[in-house]
Amino acid sequence: MNRSEKSLHGLGAEFPTAASLLHAAKKVQALGFRRWDVYSPFPVHGMDHAMGFKRSRVSLFSLIGGFIGLGTAFALIYYTSAVNYPLITQGKPYFSLEASLPIFFELTILLTAFGTVLGLLLLTLLPRFHHPVFNWDRFQRVTDDGFFIVLETADPQFSNETSRKFLQEIGGTHISEIFQDPETTPHPARPNSEVFS
Amino acid sequence: MRADNSSAQAAFANASAYLERKPLVSNQRPLAWITDHICRIVEKPAPMWWWILTIFFGAVACLTPLMLTYLVSTGVGVWGLNVPVCWAWDITNFVFWIGIGHAGTLISAILFLTRQNWRTSVNRSAEAMTIFAVICAGIFPAFHVGRVWMAWFLAPVPNANAIWQNFRSPLLWDVFAVSTYFTVSLIFWYLGLIPDLASLRDRAKTRFRQMAYGLLAMGWRGSNRHWTHYEKAYLILAGISTPLVLSVHSVVSFDFATSIVPGWHTTIFPPYFVAGAIFGGFAMVLTLLIPFREIYGLHDLVTDKHIDNMCKIILLTGSLVGYAYAMEFFIAWYSGNPFEIYAFTNRAFGPYWWAYWAMITCNVAAPQLFWFKYCRQNPWVVLAIVMFPNTGMWFERFVIIVTSIHRDFLPSSWGYFSPTWVDITLFIGTIGLFVFLFLLFVRFLPMINIFEVKNITPEADPHTPDSHSERDSSISHATTTEVHA
Repeated sequence: MNRSEKSLHGLGAEFPTAASLLHAAKKVQALGFRRWDVYSPFPVHGMDHAMGFKRSRVSLFSLIGGFIGLGTAFALIYYTSAVNYPLITQGKPYFSLEASLPIFFELTILLTAFGTVLGLLLLTLLPRFHHPVFNWDRFQRVTDDGFFIVLETADPQFSNETSRKFLQEIGGTHISEIFQDPETTPHPARPNSEVFS
Repeated sequence: MRADNSSAQAAFANASAYLERKPLVSNQRPLAWITDHICRIVEKPAPMWWWILTIFFGAVACLTPLMLTYLVSTGVGVWGLNVPVCWAWDITNFVFWIGIGHAGTLISAILFLTRQNWRTSVNRSAEAMTIFAVICAGIFPAFHVGRVWMAWFLAPVPNANAIWQNFRSPLLWDVFAVSTYFTVSLIFWYLGLIPDLASLRDRAKTRFRQMAYGLLAMGWRGSNRHWTHYEKAYLILAGISTPLVLSVHSVVSFDFATSIVPGWHTTIFPPYFVAGAIFGGFAMVLTLLIPFREIYGLHDLVTDKHIDNMCKIILLTGSLVGYAYAMEFFIAWYSGNPFEIYAFTNRAFGPYWWAYWAMITCNVAAPQLFWFKYCRQNPWVVLAIVMFPNTGMWFERFVIIVTSIHRDFLPSSWGYFSPTWVDITLFIGTIGLFVFLFLLFVRFLPMINIFEVKNITPEADPHTPDSHSERDSSISHATTTEVHA
């Protein structure tokens, strides 16, 4: 195994449409691949199912955030108005549920939003500014009109020859090796780099 | 017989062409066209008109800090408010601006939950409008407290007096509601921007742009392992923003409704305020969107259908507001309370009659023109008509606030509020700030949600094109087999 193969991240293939991407993803999933990913400019309908995903766990973070928000609101109001400095205003009880509801609601919403964003960042492992797929020149079109599948070397089923053939069979074009090392992967910004077909 | 058949077929074809929904992206634009057309606005050198407008509105926006400095250094007396009218232009402007924001959240959250796909072309700019409007809104109550350096007393932090905030006060609810609204709107807006910022990053020609947009895009790479979480997070934010937006203007209305002032003390306020906010907000969305659509040639993305839909929402909410005006009068009469009855007769026929009838003309009468298709289809007519709600909603808040308190219970405490030049200049300053921020937004961020617009094109649907071709091929197969048989 030479150096370039050691730092190989995977094989990338481009697909012409969202439909062909979905079709191909179903086949990759059927083959039992685990370490692979689909890249598209927008979420393709049905892709989660095709890739065998379960429900996203972001909602769990939102729920926890919501409970923390509600708890904070309750603690804040109860502690300040009934414990720390009880003060009779307008002859009302120190603490009452009715008058607290608006702030209960607002803080629940606020911390649900924070929980959701935190959950999203943790589950997607973003921000991450460097990723091997960015080393592939065609990949720039992923935010425009490019649809890609990348099979990663980390998968036990991965083999440079058979995986390449497989990507061809499922309709992939511009099949290219993507390296961990940016210098090895073809990119228009690096005209002297070796170009793979 | 044959002629009959063909004419029937033609009639059927006509009917189905008539019944078929117009596509949300006209002229079957491909995906790359959508990216290019929206990103180009940000990438091309700024046109001359942009510089002129931005410098002009930037200068107008400077009036805001100028007037605030004058206010703080001289004293609150430079504003026209005084006993009995202690809430006047500042609170009017606050409610006006916060109301404008509501259309943005309605479009981004409620229309998302109800699967109204047309929202995708307008939600980005409407959400930006929300954020800028809330910024303008926040200025007024902060300075209305009088001693602005004490504004931090609103936050529950321990202070020298050792007394905490009164959590039963609707004014404190307002602090929580508005700050939560601003924060959640900002998060929602930014989350929607991430994939589009990645588009700008990947198209960047200079290192600086690549770095700036790259940092903001957080390394987004369109992975489906990310999209699955992203879509869920977006759905949850839409789900929590929906009750939030309804709560914010309800809480704003509690500032009035929980008092015992005749004209304020009404249970209809929360729904009435929310309807009014959506009404005024959509008018502002159209005011901003129609000129930019013309300037940047966005007719294929913001189609006549989009404008038509928003006009219908304005018609609906305008009529709801009109119903609320009528119901306020009815309840005042029905209550048999002489103070209530007086408050409302005074509104319509008292010294502020001009403000009341300006409000009725702008909010109830003018939107009725949207019953006519002609008025909804011609963007310039729409632009002219929505100026009425823009003005009318300001008058509505002025009428509610000022007319209810300018005649106190005792005739010795009656007064007439007139704004001073500082009131007027400060309001003009916030209009300048709002337009200035919007011009910056249009220049530096994609003003239409690129990935969501792509998602509603027929090209993006992985099922339709395939099944179409499959169905077509299967039909042709069937025909050939029949022929063979």
